[in-house]
Amino acid sequence: MTTRLDGNVLAGALAHLFVPDATDLRARCTNCGRVAPIAEAVVYADAPGLVARCRSCDHVLAAIVDAGDKVYLSLSGLSAIALPK
Amino acid sequence: MSLTTRGFSGRRREPDDRLPPGQTLVQRWPVLSAGPTPNVHTDTWDFVIRDEGGTEHHWSWDQLLALGVEDITVDIHCVTHWSKLDMSWRGVSLDKLFENVETEDAYVMARSYGGYTTNLPLEDLLDGQAWIAIEAEGEPLDPEHGGPARLLVPHLYFWKSAKWIRGLTMMPTNDSGFWEQYGYHLYGDPWKEERYS
Amino acid sequence: MRHRRPAWHVATVVETRPETPNAVRLVLDVPTWPGSEAGTHLDVRLTAPDGYQATRSYSVATSEPGRVVLGIDELPDGEVSPFLVREVLAGDELEIHGPLGSYFVWRPGQSGRPVQLIAGGSGVVPLYAMAAAHAAASDPSPFRLLYSVRTPAYVYFRDELAALAGPSFAVDHVYTRQAPPGWDEPAGRLTRDSLASTTFAPHERPRIFVCGSTGFVETVVAWLLELGHAAHDILTERFGGL
Repeated sequence: MTTRLDGNVLAGALAHLFVPDATDLRARCTNCGRVAPIAEAVVYADAPGLVARCRSCDHVLAAIVDAGDKVYLSLSGLSAIALPK
Repeated sequence: MSLTTRGFSGRRREPDDRLPPGQTLVQRWPVLSAGPTPNVHTDTWDFVIRDEGGTEHHWSWDQLLALGVEDITVDIHCVTHWSKLDMSWRGVSLDKLFENVETEDAYVMARSYGGYTTNLPLEDLLDGQAWIAIEAEGEPLDPEHGGPARLLVPHLYFWKSAKWIRGLTMMPTNDSGFWEQYGYHLYGDPWKEERYS
Repeated sequence: MRHRRPAWHVATVVETRPETPNAVRLVLDVPTWPGSEAGTHLDVRLTAPDGYQATRSYSVATSEPGRVVLGIDELPDGEVSPFLVREVLAGDELEIHGPLGSYFVWRPGQSGRPVQLIAGGSGVVPLYAMAAAHAAASDPSPFRLLYSVRTPAYVYFRDELAALAGPSFAVDHVYTRQAPPGWDEPAGRLTRDSLASTTFAPHERPRIFVCGSTGFVETVVAWLLELGHAAHDILTERFGGL
């Protein structure tokens, strides 16, 4: 039988993923497949939020919006991020 | 913690009853950009309104201008807290573009060259409230400010006035556009300070 | 050290002094500062009495715990830098967040390969931190700094860079507007040829750190690639502008 759990079980796995600094982590662009450190993205900062785009294909990798009482983080353009263990 | 910095006041913020809450008056016109500036030429420019039946209504640049360009003077309010008053624009009213568009849908997704999107209620685009703007402050709209043509919906925060506009797609539901997906308000009334969802 | 969690700190200004005609050096006493790797930056947050806040990033020139040195260029039409350059006095308190960044950093003992630093204007700050860390660690990898600057008066950390220069650290200046008297090159922008003649050659496989305005970094990186350096050996930090 398939083991189907709920998201609570991810707590341990996610706990060490939110690392203090993610800019040196390598991640893959969902659009063109380029794998590069997040620090190499092109970031547009003169906008209502920070928009990180792929240096190869301009696809939006990530966006961060400071919405006052919370911060929105989208990583919709990153298909995988490699983390140190 | 939030320590007040001795002597710091930030840019001058003067109360003004023409300024919505949280806004600061600017004289220059800031450029906000979430991506590379698309290079759009008027000779290949094409504007399309797509309705729920899939019918596309197209206008070339010359066909747009032939609908009649009007002068507009409005105040602009950007969600990043700046406002610019009495800006002069020239553009074509969306009432003219929607004249022969039959639709039951109540919402619109504005789409731009370069991929930007923003969602609006159709009723906010009609009755003299919105334009396809082609000039600002007496000059053709430069590419940094959305040229050759941008949406102009001055009664909403300026991110709704999509730069490099290429079309409007009718929608039955109020789906989120680019910034709306990232936490910005679905409607964006500056007088109600509807910045975030 | 590698993933040191950044935090907010209260910094007290110990000293502010002119660094160039439009920049100051701010020396901050930060008892909670854990020290930082060479090349990292921090955010400075200013808060007005009505709660309005403005935050900007600045590179850190020092690495030791408890003390932070910043070099701050006044940007025309800026909101934070004119305040930091003109208004801040010794004894003032500032909020800082850091250390930030783990990509544009140099770590001692990383490899024996040569390290080429290339700075445009105030972009020298994080590169100076790398050169200082290199000397402090007695790291054996050869270092070179190519520093493009308007005139001699605009050189940051002049005395410190001169003191660091030696057998394992060479500094080359390019003066874009006015060279010092007796300089053998006329003032002028960096060119691909002068870049090639004042930096480690591609066959020496240097790791290259480039920091400056967006336009400077993009021009230099394009030349480095044309000269035969590998893209993955070039690390960049752009601070905006043209």
